[in-house]
Amino acid sequence: MDRAERNALTVAIGLLLFFFVLIVYAAKGLKIDLPTCITDVQPFKEGKLIQHAPNRYELHVVARMWYFDFNQGSTEIEIPAGSVVDIYLTSADVVHGMHVNGTTVNLMAIPGTVNYARYKFEKPGVYHVVCHEFCGVGHHAMQGKIVVKEVER
Amino acid sequence: MRVEGGIRFIILSEVVFPILLLIFGVYHGVMQVLYRAGVIKADSFLGIDYYQGLTLHGVINAIVFTTFFAVAFGNAVVLYLLKKPLRPAVQWLSWILMVGGTLMAAWAMFTKKATVLYTFYPPLIAHWTFYIGTVILVVGSLIPFFFDWIPNAVAWKRENPDKKIPLAVFGVFVNHILWTIMIVPVAIEILFQLFPLSVGWVDEINPLLARTLFWFFGHPVVYFWLLPAYVMLYTMLPKIASEKGKLYSDPAGRLAFILFLLFSLPVGLHHQFTEPGISNAWKLIHAIFTFCVALPSLITAFTVAASLEYSAKAEDSSVKNSKFYWWTRLPYLRLEGDKWLFSYLFAGLVLFFFGGITGIVNASYNLNLAVHNTAYVPGHFHTTVGGLVLLSFLGMSLYMVSKLRGTDVKFKGLAALAPYFWMQGMFMFSYAMMVGGALEGFPRRTNAGLTYLNPDSPLYRPEWVGYAQLSVVGGALLGIGFVLFLVAFFGTLLAPKVRESVVEFPIAEAYHDAPTPVLNNLKGWTVAAVLLAVLSYIPPLYDVTQRGVFYNSPAYNEQFPMPLKQLQQTEAETKELSMKEER
Repeated sequence: MDRAERNALTVAIGLLLFFFVLIVYAAKGLKIDLPTCITDVQPFKEGKLIQHAPNRYELHVVARMWYFDFNQGSTEIEIPAGSVVDIYLTSADVVHGMHVNGTTVNLMAIPGTVNYARYKFEKPGVYHVVCHEFCGVGHHAMQGKIVVKEVER
Repeated sequence: MRVEGGIRFIILSEVVFPILLLIFGVYHGVMQVLYRAGVIKADSFLGIDYYQGLTLHGVINAIVFTTFFAVAFGNAVVLYLLKKPLRPAVQWLSWILMVGGTLMAAWAMFTKKATVLYTFYPPLIAHWTFYIGTVILVVGSLIPFFFDWIPNAVAWKRENPDKKIPLAVFGVFVNHILWTIMIVPVAIEILFQLFPLSVGWVDEINPLLARTLFWFFGHPVVYFWLLPAYVMLYTMLPKIASEKGKLYSDPAGRLAFILFLLFSLPVGLHHQFTEPGISNAWKLIHAIFTFCVALPSLITAFTVAASLEYSAKAEDSSVKNSKFYWWTRLPYLRLEGDKWLFSYLFAGLVLFFFGGITGIVNASYNLNLAVHNTAYVPGHFHTTVGGLVLLSFLGMSLYMVSKLRGTDVKFKGLAALAPYFWMQGMFMFSYAMMVGGALEGFPRRTNAGLTYLNPDSPLYRPEWVGYAQLSVVGGALLGIGFVLFLVAFFGTLLAPKVRESVVEFPIAEAYHDAPTPVLNNLKGWTVAAVLLAVLSYIPPLYDVTQRGVFYNSPAYNEQFPMPLKQLQQTEAETKELSMKEER
């Protein structure tokens, strides 16, 4: 191994280590982490939006061919800006995906399991939700909306 | 080296057969950008549904074409470098299995019995012929390795005890060792979960376990596609660049291949970052290994650039002392001899540069949340498997056909231009997909022209229009590039024979060489690779079978939102009812 080769290898390893440190910082420092294995929530059959406190919500989403059940069959929900939402997601049939555009909420819905993410909706506006995993002939129409309303002070 | 008779037919047909199928695969690639942009607003076009065509596009391009090429290329490289005859019985058995398996799976896909996409995630289920056909194809592709190449290499080693096995053969062997290992989990998934569910022996399976087993195969397979291209970059590209060209370092090449063998396998969870049922600690560990597997590619980037520098300077001594000017002395678009092949490898390398960088984004744990299953992902892998892999395979297919048929390469100008059309088209397509996906959340695998990109639909999303339109322009250029290649390919295949049929490759010598006894111990490294793969998969497999999963799932097909069994029952009941009414 000559000098040029050794330098190239050192730079490569250094760069990868640098990227990796940033990832761990984002996960542990900024708390942008991946969904993990949760074992204490049974899969549910019906979508539900539960308000625990003025700014705290729990959202049970059932993904099914071919719509998102956000709240008793509705594909659209409204919450006030600044709400922290605990999102639980399951599938009633095949594999679906749920991506809330413009956020880090990006979850797979696998039948028989429950996925989880927490997100704080700061900015008011319409958050489009699309299914991004092929789930049959109606896949391209499977979507939903989270409307975040401005709060008057 | 002369080659005649059955062996010549087998290698030649292993090149030509998948390219005939690839015509359809690429056709539906072009169709997809039209559907997605709303140029075609329909579920199907000319009898092929969007999602059926997407399944065919993935399976033909990424499984059938690549597997056939890897076997044909391996056969030819081993034959040429070890100079030992291949066994016709072994080769015929492998050929029959591969072609037969492919036809089985193709039947299922073309008759709409297997619209499950390339990843065939259950509980969507296909006709059993799709699964068994794929398994037969894969088994056929392993036979030459075990019964032809390994015995030939052992015999060669006995005759040449002090020589290292040639680097090209070394690379081909590493590739097939990886292939053998990664087949095991997906074979378990197919034979113990999907096939029994498909024929009705079991009613329910665990979909998350199936996904985990699939990605145990599904990421290593990208290195199975990539390594033949790396063999060409290391051993052939310098020689194509210049008659006097040399590979910069042979040990660096071997080190890169061994690192691929070690780190290609324990990485599959980076496709499952957004999934429930798997602890994120294991996801992070797989992310680390995915970063490790970037290392051999970075080594390759250095070695390939250094080899090209050596070759350019050997060709033209006026750039001998320049730092950068030698880049202008490479045969980017030249027609003498076999220099046209340089265009394919070079255009592929340029695309792969971006493929590598964007791949690191995918592997980056939480950064993946921004891009998972958006159009960014196909944007990324079209610069890798649709970039370097495809271009190097096409170029080498044309090269092998001209040698095996004993013909001159016809329409050489078109052949040399084709990869640049492809490169430009892929830049536009991938840029549109990646930016639209990462910044605007444009999803992948979606017939968007019917809803999101249809101005008459309530679901219209105007922010995606520009990206979809740019991808149409890219797709058109890709189509043109592929047609140019086909003209040269079939022109060469059908041209009159002017010399004898041979198997031959432009193999470069090494500039730096040294004995590498540790790296050459393939047996030892294979054991280490298997151990690492198994260890890295025990915890996630425990998670998806023991901790996170609560219920199994019955089978569905893509047409109806109810389980297949229930659907068949209802169908039988309505049939009975209508028969009663008729009476």
